[in-house]
Parts: sequence; C-alpha cells; structure tokens
Amino acid sequence: MASRSPARRALAVVVHRATILFFIAFAVFPFYWMVVTSFKQNADLYVGATNTAHNPFIFNLPPTLDHLKLLFGQTLYLTWLRNTLFVGLVVVAITLLLAVPAGYSLARLTGRWGERLSIGIFLTYLVPSTLLFIPFSRLVSLLGLQNSLWALVLIYPTFTVPFCTWLLMGFFKSLPKEVEESAMVDGCSRVGAIWRIVLPLAVPGLLTVVIFALTLVIQEFVYSLTFISSVERMTVSVGVPVALVRGDVYYWGSLMAACLITSLPISILYNFFLDRFIAGFTVGAIK
Amino acid sequence: MLTPAVLYITLLVALPFLLALFLSLTNSSAGSLQFSYVGFRNFQSVLANPVFQRSLRNTFIFTFVSQLAVMVLGNILARALMKSFRGKSIARFLILMPWAAPISLATLGWLWIFDSTFSVINWVLKVVGWLGPGSWYYWLGDATLGMAAIITIHVWRMLPFSTVILLAGLTAIPNEVREAAAIDGAGTLARIFRVEIPMMRPILTVAVLFGVVFTFTDMSVVYLLTRGGPFNSTHVLASLAFQEGVLGGDVGRGAAVAIFLVPLLVVLAVVMLRSARTAEVG
Repeated sequence: MASRSPARRALAVVVHRATILFFIAFAVFPFYWMVVTSFKQNADLYVGATNTAHNPFIFNLPPTLDHLKLLFGQTLYLTWLRNTLFVGLVVVAITLLLAVPAGYSLARLTGRWGERLSIGIFLTYLVPSTLLFIPFSRLVSLLGLQNSLWALVLIYPTFTVPFCTWLLMGFFKSLPKEVEESAMVDGCSRVGAIWRIVLPLAVPGLLTVVIFALTLVIQEFVYSLTFISSVERMTVSVGVPVALVRGDVYYWGSLMAACLITSLPISILYNFFLDRFIAGFTVGAIK
Repeated sequence: MLTPAVLYITLLVALPFLLALFLSLTNSSAGSLQFSYVGFRNFQSVLANPVFQRSLRNTFIFTFVSQLAVMVLGNILARALMKSFRGKSIARFLILMPWAAPISLATLGWLWIFDSTFSVINWVLKVVGWLGPGSWYYWLGDATLGMAAIITIHVWRMLPFSTVILLAGLTAIPNEVREAAAIDGAGTLARIFRVEIPMMRPILTVAVLFGVVFTFTDMSVVYLLTRGGPFNSTHVLASLAFQEGVLGGDVGRGAAVAIFLVPLLVVLAVVMLRSARTAEVG
C-alpha cells in the first residue's frame, strides 16, 4: 500500500467518493422527487417531459403549501394514520406478550429441542403474506371480521411474533444466566426474577422489538389491501395509494407529500436500531 | 412460557398454510363458505393459462436479475462503506432509506417517476439527446420497459438491506487475514475473490436468501406499478394469485397459483437450515 504513488492514491479517493455519491443519488432520488413534487405549484408540476426548456429538478415557480393543505384538510390521511397507529399499538402489545416469554424460554432452553424450535419459529417468518392471504380471507369472513381493523390485529402478529421472538432470544442469550439465578437464590421466584431483574436489563432489546413491530405494521400492504374495503378504515400504506387517487386523477403533490411524511420518521427510527436488526438477521452467520 | 407463541403460530401460520394447500383442491369462491373437492382441476386450468406461465417466468426473472444486480452492487457499496470518510453516518442513513420506507408508498414515488407524460427520466433522456424528436418511452405501457421498471424498484429496495448485511460480514473479517494475504503477495482482486468472499459465504447466503424471499413473494410493486399490465405481461405469481383469488373471487384458483411459491421457499428453508448447522459445526 505504501508504495502507491500520490497520484494513484488521489485517484482512489476520487473513485471512492464518486461511488458513494452515485449510490446515495440512486437511493435518495425518489425521496428528493417526493420533496420537490410536494411543494411545487401545479403549473410548475404538470408541464410534460417533452418540454426540454423546463427543468423539472428545481422550483421554476415559488414553492407552495397547497398540496399539504389538501392532504391534511380534505383527505382522510390523518384518519389512516390514526388507524395505523391503533393497529400498530395493539399488535405491539400482543407481540410483546407472546414473544418475550417465548424468546426467554428459547434462550434458556438448552439442547436439541430448543434449537430446533427456535429455527422452526424463525422459518415461519419466511411464509409470505402472499400465500396466506387466501386462507386468511376464509378465516376473516368466518369470524365476521371483514372490513374491520381487528382482522389486521388478529393477523399481523403472524409476521411480528416469529422475528421478534428470534431477536429477543438472541438478546436474552447475551444476558448471563447467573443474573437471574442469583436473584432466585436470594428468594425470588423465577417469574419474579424475570420481571425484576431480566426485563429491566433487556429494555434495549424490548425497544428494538417495539420499533421493529411498529414499522412492520406501517409497511404492511397485502393484508390491509385484502381485508379493508372502506376508505375510512384503511391503514396509511393502503389508503394513500388506493384511496388518494380519485378515479383516474392523481393528485401527485398531495400523494408525494403523504409518502414523504409517512416514510421519513420510519427511516430515521430504523437507522437508530439498524445494528440490532442486522444482528437478528445474521445470527449464526457471523461469530 | 413458550406455549402461547407456539400455539399462535400453529393456529395462524401452520394451519392457514395447510388450508391454502387444501383450498387449492376445491372450487371455493369468495361469495360463499361452501365448496367441494375438485382434485387437481385448479392446477390443470392454471397451468394451461398463458398468463400464469408468463407470471411464473416473470417471478423468476425479476428475482434472479434483481438479486444478481443487488449482489454485485451490494459488494461494491459495502466495500466503499468499509473505509472511513467524513459524513459516513449520514451516507449510511441516506443509503438505507429505501429499505425503511413502506414499499407501497415508495412504489408510488416510482410510479410518478415513470409517469407516461411527466417522467423525469424521459426529460433527462431528451435533454442528453438519447430520445430524439417524436420518440418516447412509455415505461409502464410496454412489457419490456415495465419489467425493467419493476426490476429497478426491487434493486433499489433490496440493495440497502443486502449492503448492510454484507458490511457486517466484511467487518467481521479480522484485519490479520487481509495482512496475511498481502504478505503472501495477493493483489486486491485475489484477496477479494479468494479470501474475503469465501470467508463471507455464510453471510452471503443470508443476504441472498432473504433477498430472494422478499423479491420472490412480493406483489406490492407489481400491483401498484403496472397492475400486471400491459395485457397481463408483467404479472408475478403473487399478484396473479391476488387477482384471481381476491379480485376475481375464485379462491381455489388463487390458492393454486400461490402454491407455486412454496417449492422455492422449501428449498430456501433447507439451505438456511444447512447453513445454520454448518455455522455451528465450523
């Protein structure tokens, strides 16, 4: 490495920066486009790409808040956000109730059975919604839950529980057994030891699971599209693409604003918890 | 303490999975809860349908091409992100955004980018002179361009995911290994292809596996971008199953189409179990 000439090193730096910039541009462009579209006046927005004199990348007319006003004032966007949040919170609660005890047991269960069971639970994460929505549609109509947010509450844990159990198992494994054993020696029951000693230590892991389950619920599209038909009961991931388009008229300004406002907070949250998610995906493949 | 989770998963994943297999053998429809057993008739009619054949082919093309691109680009990007540079954490955040955004909303953004009248891509192609006067790309009105658009979105979405996983794998390789390779006279390419990539095999498996599962089973991109059109030329198994089973109301046929997702998933699950085992042995 030291033998490289300064010119070659400078070239390497330039290539490296260019590579990074290229990938950032590719990743960010749709979001940039959402920003520009959200704030452009219609006269600036709908010019047509044949007009090469009109640069669509910049604001040719002053920016406007009209699209945001339309989105928040005249559409059900806020209702969809509320629906999504409702489903999200209930699903998070159910997920924690199911995944915390399961993750803990799998972490402490030694031997072949524990390992098989944990891999089995993780594999159910691979069963896709696009296979299950057909039997679920039978189940949902049997239970009379068509067009109800409770259908989503019932079904969403099918994808949050397996992965969250797996994540929590990895997390509990990193806590030494001796912690709760010493509490039990001191007269705690096992449940008491878990409640008072293990769970407080596991708060970062629990937080990861809450964020992960919540973002999965916000992102979910297939079940919500299948089971919710009334516009006022839709979740945000379905309401925006399905109901914000009226007939053939696309209100692109408001549409892009809705996409942007929904996506940004999730992206920021994800970024904070990224390393833990990767750890969850790569258990076993990295030592 | 395991029981509630296992019970829930059995009732709402395992049983519905079996129910999907069973429904594919019936003439069940969305309107009524009554149905009768029809054997393999759904599969026969589905297999004979040219739209299904096309969608089966598309599913494999989309998955294979996008994952190939993701693996090549992901390796380049992960290597670039290995180096330290100013603004690295911001770069990482920006590069990760496509993976975090809800797929239906991100696809909507792309729908606008590929718009038939206002496509910014066409504007750029006009300005640089690629598209001459009178020529135009109708991105979503043409089978080939539509497929290219769908693959672009899959690559865009899965690249961050694979990159961070590959990055984790690269970081886990001890520096001594790289130094040893350098001392033994290995050039950069030899080091990458003969030392690092073989060492990263388990992590590459994980990245490919999840990438394939997410792309292979996805219907959101196709459903929102092209609705399977033009003339059903861009359907994938998942979107066709939705069209037949939910929009068309023919649950039996829809189930039969979706069942074709299973064999590949089983193969992937086996690969996953194998690699989990070797990771433990090794």
